[in-house]
Amino acid sequence: MKDRIPAVKLQNISKHFGPVAANSHVNMDIFRGEILSLLGENGSGKTTLMNMLSGIYYPDEGEIFVDGNPVTIASPRDAFDLGIGMVHQHFKLVDVLTAAENIVLGLDGKLDIKNATKKIREICDKYGFEVDPAQKIYDMSVSQKQTVEIVKVLYRGAEILILDEPTAVLTPQETEKLFAVLRKMKEDNKAIVIITHKMHEVESLSDRVAVLRKGEYIGDMITKETNAEEMTNMMVGRKVSLNIKRPDPVNPKDRIRVRDLTVRSEDGVIKLDNINFTARSGEILGIAGISGCGQKELLEAIAGLQPVETGSIEYVEDDGSYEQLIGKDPKKIRDMGVSLSFVPEDRLGMGLVGNMDLVENMMLRSFENGSSPFTDRKAPYELAKNVVEELDVVTPGISTPVRRLSGGNVQKVLVGREIASAPKVLLTAYAVRGLDINSSYTIYDLINKQKEAGVAVIFVGEDLDVLMELSDRILVLCGGKVSGIVDGRTADRAQIGLMMTRVGGSK
Amino acid sequence: MINLALLIPKAVVQGIPLLYGSTGEILTEKSGNLNLGIPGVMYVGAISGVIGAFFYEQGLSKSGAQPNGFLAIMIPMLCCLLGSLLMGLLYCFLTVTLRANQNVTGLAMTTFGVGFGNFFGGSLIKISGADVPSIALSVTSKYFSASLPFADKLGWFGSIFLSYGFLAYLAILIAVFAAIVLKRTRTGLHLRAVGENPATADSAGINVTMFKYGATCIGCMIAGLGGLYYVMDYACGVWSNDAFGDRGWLAIALVIFTIWKPDIAVFASILFGGLYIVYLYIPTGMEHMELQQLYKMIPYVVTLIVLVITSMRNKREDQPPASLGLPYFREER
Repeated sequence: MKDRIPAVKLQNISKHFGPVAANSHVNMDIFRGEILSLLGENGSGKTTLMNMLSGIYYPDEGEIFVDGNPVTIASPRDAFDLGIGMVHQHFKLVDVLTAAENIVLGLDGKLDIKNATKKIREICDKYGFEVDPAQKIYDMSVSQKQTVEIVKVLYRGAEILILDEPTAVLTPQETEKLFAVLRKMKEDNKAIVIITHKMHEVESLSDRVAVLRKGEYIGDMITKETNAEEMTNMMVGRKVSLNIKRPDPVNPKDRIRVRDLTVRSEDGVIKLDNINFTARSGEILGIAGISGCGQKELLEAIAGLQPVETGSIEYVEDDGSYEQLIGKDPKKIRDMGVSLSFVPEDRLGMGLVGNMDLVENMMLRSFENGSSPFTDRKAPYELAKNVVEELDVVTPGISTPVRRLSGGNVQKVLVGREIASAPKVLLTAYAVRGLDINSSYTIYDLINKQKEAGVAVIFVGEDLDVLMELSDRILVLCGGKVSGIVDGRTADRAQIGLMMTRVGGSK
Repeated sequence: MINLALLIPKAVVQGIPLLYGSTGEILTEKSGNLNLGIPGVMYVGAISGVIGAFFYEQGLSKSGAQPNGFLAIMIPMLCCLLGSLLMGLLYCFLTVTLRANQNVTGLAMTTFGVGFGNFFGGSLIKISGADVPSIALSVTSKYFSASLPFADKLGWFGSIFLSYGFLAYLAILIAVFAAIVLKRTRTGLHLRAVGENPATADSAGINVTMFKYGATCIGCMIAGLGGLYYVMDYACGVWSNDAFGDRGWLAIALVIFTIWKPDIAVFASILFGGLYIVYLYIPTGMEHMELQQLYKMIPYVVTLIVLVITSMRNKREDQPPASLGLPYFREER
């Protein structure tokens, strides 16, 4: 392998954000005709490193070689000119423009949408994409948007493709389709770098793995010669066990009974259609589904944040007596022990205030306690300290604004706070969204502990494999309907995938 | 019955300053800058033009030379463009380079611009030694308000379409040109992308800072011409402090009314111009003067209604540029 000239060679690259070193002295090679997986925990500097290749950031130190020649990448334009294209984790698309307009954005010359459309069609035919060049971005599904992003990069003639967590929002079927395309590009002798947290994807797709830890380059391996354990150990820097525990539910009792629940969004679209299920204490009920299939509405309806059209949601006590939750004030529902931690796509959108520090964010749940006109800062201070210690939150201090923490740490703060309120019912959505494997397992552990303590957990997840390992039962949502409820221990991946796209899962 | 051949020209001359202001502000907002300093910019544009014209006329009367049509137009116009450009640069430096809050900066600039206008307006009045609190620049103004010589021979057609000074036609040309640029050209596409999602534009290789500076400064210069038109043509060269009134705010309201489309602004500004003065044409009688005040509210009420309708229809294309009012910093974490 040593005799090949790397498509991209990074030498001694460093990048600092204030006092924080996002990358220090990284050396890495990217080859043509190869798919490289870039692994690392959250905040290990993967995205920063790739952003330096695509011209978003400029390295403080170090050199970049493309095809053996030293280059300067000072702007995204320089990157295009060198044939480097990046598909960002958060899509870089303008919503009100069409696919074609987005694809030609930033190029020179006369604006000729007709010609561009023709060229887009050619690219689509070559690799098997389905894109309507005249469709507006806001009308598209996540996977369509991603396709536009990839076509955009190819349209610019990219030879070196970087994909930052491309599968985080895709269904298993869509992921397979994407991988097929990537393999085709590899055969086309393009160099491909993919950042992902999902080990099985690394194993099935990539040829080589490179690992970053805390901004430093740890090493690379041939994928075939390694395994998930070894890769994770390299990422984390110590031995980690990669098994999610699934203790059997102890003495499960009905806790939340949902009957014929129908929810309509503000503009009249049916978001939940006749939902029926029961969540039991000491049990994890996983909820699978393509994003936007009513997961959010379901949790919000239970938490009292979403107006309900018809149906009933009952909170059942241990002795069998029950109370109707619909029509109750969200605060009252919370006081009954129903706790919601929802991690939205931007992570900060719900539950935490970015400009407030950790203590103040803890206070959001407790500021009404006590009878004095002054708030009690002591208890939240202790709580914040506890959360930081127990969940290994990386923060300069407890008085740091939450906004400044990295995504994974923000989530730990959010989930930690919700769990600390000792709930009877824990509703959690996308708790590990964008988290690296180590932090994810910390969160799974936390959730399992709650389950063992007899909490009824409703866990909305994105990663099917995790859902299948963690949940006792899995409820599959499809377009606001219950597509089925399956046993987590015997569930079949392909079957759930089908159920996510069609009610009932029939072909 | 209201006489349209009389009302329309009146509405047009009221509408032209609004058209300049709103075309300028549309371009600015398309780049994601919410420039609430437009009223101030229009004041500065007006007074800069007045200063130019004033000293040109002073020079003329000292030397006894004949006025030159080209200079009489170019000197005030260049002064006006320069004054508004400086305002645009100031706004951009504060909001784009230093990333100051756009609302605060804009409001401060409006306060500043109005004060600037009144200060220099007052100074000029002192210098001219006039008895009334205003300056009349009738010599240069004549060139600005000159319409085609045969316009008044064509009856209602002439009065509706041909009775205006060249700045009125220029306003319409600029608005139509701006609409074409926004809709059909690559520059327009890039500008829209910058206002919608600067991070995306940036990663596509578009120079966001350059577009923001460019659009805002050009926008300010266009808006400044609105001030110039008001003094030199509409007011026949008479500057008196605060006469421009709240037209700058009306121009900003017009931006919302036209859902960020300069071509619609051509008609909407004339409509607004008409609504602005319609109270003069609705007979109220002496005992119901309070009704007049209600009629004066009409343009603002119409804007509110349009806001309600566009918000209710919730069509994505009719919404303000998505990053309007937000600063952009590439390495933000």
